[in-house]
Amino acid sequence: MQRHLISAADLTRDDAVLILDTAEEMARVADRPIKKLPTLRGRTIVNLFFEDSTRTRISFEAAEKRLSADVINFTAKGSSVSKGESLKDTAQTLEAMGVDAVVIRHGASGAPYRLANSGWIDAVVVNAGDGTHQHPTQALLDAFTMRRRLIGRDAGLGRDLEGKRITLVGDVLHSRVARSNVDLLHTLGAEVTLVAPPTLLPVGIETWPCEVSYDLDSTLPKSDAVMMLRVQRERMNAAFFPTEREYSRRYGLDGDRMARMPEHAIVMHPGPMVRGMEITAEVADSDRCTVVEQVANGVSIRMAVLYLLLGGNEPAVTHPRTEEK
Amino acid sequence: MSKILIRGAKVLGGEPQDVLIDGGTIAEVGSGLSGEGAEVVEADGKVLLPGLVDLHTHLREPGREDSETVLTGTRAAASGGYTTVFAMANTFPVADTAGVVEQVWRLGKEHGYCDVQPIGAVTVGLEGRKLAELGAMHESAAGVTVFSDDGKCVHDAVIMRRALEYVKAFGGVVAQHAQEPRLTEGAEMNEGIVSAELGLGGWPAVAEESIIARDVLLADHVGSRVHICHLSTAGSVEIVRWAKSRGIAVTAEVTPHHLLLTDELVRTYNPVYKVNPPLRTERDVMALREALADGTIDIVATDHAPHPHEDKDCEWAAAAMGMVGLETALSVVQETMVDTGLLDWAGVADRMSVKPAQIGRATGHGRPVSAGEPANLTLVDSAYRGLVEPAGFASRSRNTPYEGRELPGRVTHTWLRGKATLVDGKLT
Ligand SMILES: [Zn+2]
Repeated sequence: MQRHLISAADLTRDDAVLILDTAEEMARVADRPIKKLPTLRGRTIVNLFFEDSTRTRISFEAAEKRLSADVINFTAKGSSVSKGESLKDTAQTLEAMGVDAVVIRHGASGAPYRLANSGWIDAVVVNAGDGTHQHPTQALLDAFTMRRRLIGRDAGLGRDLEGKRITLVGDVLHSRVARSNVDLLHTLGAEVTLVAPPTLLPVGIETWPCEVSYDLDSTLPKSDAVMMLRVQRERMNAAFFPTEREYSRRYGLDGDRMARMPEHAIVMHPGPMVRGMEITAEVADSDRCTVVEQVANGVSIRMAVLYLLLGGNEPAVTHPRTEEK
Repeated sequence: MSKILIRGAKVLGGEPQDVLIDGGTIAEVGSGLSGEGAEVVEADGKVLLPGLVDLHTHLREPGREDSETVLTGTRAAASGGYTTVFAMANTFPVADTAGVVEQVWRLGKEHGYCDVQPIGAVTVGLEGRKLAELGAMHESAAGVTVFSDDGKCVHDAVIMRRALEYVKAFGGVVAQHAQEPRLTEGAEMNEGIVSAELGLGGWPAVAEESIIARDVLLADHVGSRVHICHLSTAGSVEIVRWAKSRGIAVTAEVTPHHLLLTDELVRTYNPVYKVNPPLRTERDVMALREALADGTIDIVATDHAPHPHEDKDCEWAAAAMGMVGLETALSVVQETMVDTGLLDWAGVADRMSVKPAQIGRATGHGRPVSAGEPANLTLVDSAYRGLVEPAGFASRSRNTPYEGRELPGRVTHTWLRGKATLVDGKLT
């Protein structure tokens, strides 16, 4: 594996499967009475959030604490990035404090890449979402959820998603989740189709390793999993689509549409869901919808990623480290 | 002023000749000229060109003297072989009055490294609403002939029309930064395959091309001259080619970096590659080289845009746009145009000195290297190859995309009206 986790595209098939398998081991910790491993004791991890995301921050924090790391939460929201000094200055402050890893969420695409590659710090960098670029742990937890549901918890160990047909629907243009998922799912052997109005697909998408369609209805019967992406209502005012109702009619997932999907197929959403426009309550609350599992799986995935980037080569769970370094 | 004999220089890349300078003027060009009473410079087959003229330089003074000043910028210009630079108007205060342009012009005169010809703003404060006092700037001591809101596009079609019409009265030209503002909201790089992957806001080629198309039609309609700044796409080339074929009075410039670099470099997220217009694709780069070679694009202009370290040592989104260019321009042109066989040295003289001087009405520059002409000259060691070392730049800023890159050619001497400003690669 690379030293940092910046983009899902950085992961090889074997890296990704190793993370998914390790996450299965981590998931077992959640079933124990004491949900904690000593693995990262004495290590300091900073959650550096320049952009609000309580869900992602709490998920990382839970993962870090279950691995016994010392956790510092640094919320830089509102600090000016107009001069750009905040990221570098903040990074160097953290470096001076002897931080081992930085989990960074930033509104600007490429900020984690700069943090990892500019010589500002030595710490391991984990991208927790940057601009409209990447959100690799989200893609990993999505793949983890798919593997469990479509192959099985134990049956899935060691396996990728070869031949699975995954459809992502909605605002691909502004979605780091879509970019990360296309990269990772392709690496794992899945066939990906993106469905959106043309205004919400980036120019240049023809080089991505996936299919593109404007028509949801014809795609649904061929899907093993359908992932609905978040669509912000503001996009309507910027003329990406005419009205909320029209969007909903053409690209929303309701009960009728869900019925066109194969019986085994699942419905996913990175959350938080906008009920009504992109997904109806009926679908969101059905047992085919994996939103709640995705949240739980997020902790296991983040434990696996932090363990593999910081913990070294020893097995994480079966032989936990007893001595401190 | 004393005599200087440049011995054995390939004038415009031709056969070695001797050039005798007497005072501010070229006294004689020939072979076996006597060096008696003259300081002799052994050219050893280096290439002698008319002093370069940059129609597009940002000197930052007044207002951002931490990035560049007229002094440091003109020293950088002399280092790069330039004897005239046109200073863009986007300073603080904006160069939209006779007072500001005279100040910049006078500073250039005082420092003496390079003639500084201020460019006046088209509109007050570059705000695109109200015409600046174009006539007053022209009548000032600075004698402004080029007007531009560079950094911003004169996007209002009526304002652009009026500016084009108005400057006809004194032979001026409007230099347009072609960028349709609505199509480039949130734009951070060229819109295409790379921007889609990186999740950076796209700057579509059509945002440039649509403005160029409109402006050549306006120039045609009112019978005026329009100049297109830093043209960057293959489509823009096609529009300018079409306009010229119709006899429309349009001229265009390309920057050295758009002749060499592509948007693939943005994958590094290194803000040194952040520039406006953005780096485009390989296909665009090749079209620009062809167009410069065949004369569709008239000139090379640097768009020298100095920024202090902290404005680039940050994340991409927060970084300032622009790169320095005066000290590397000739090397990049040699690499992309001369060493590729697209242009000979006479062609370089035309695109980097003769034509820019004509467009900007800089009389006394861009003249032939022959007896009786002003001794504005540049001597280039075209055989040289070396790594670009920004630490040695005369510019106050170091935001070059070429750090550590090997480029050919080196300017060793520059003379401004017979006075050496650069000798053996060192500023005087
Ligand atoms: Zn410009």
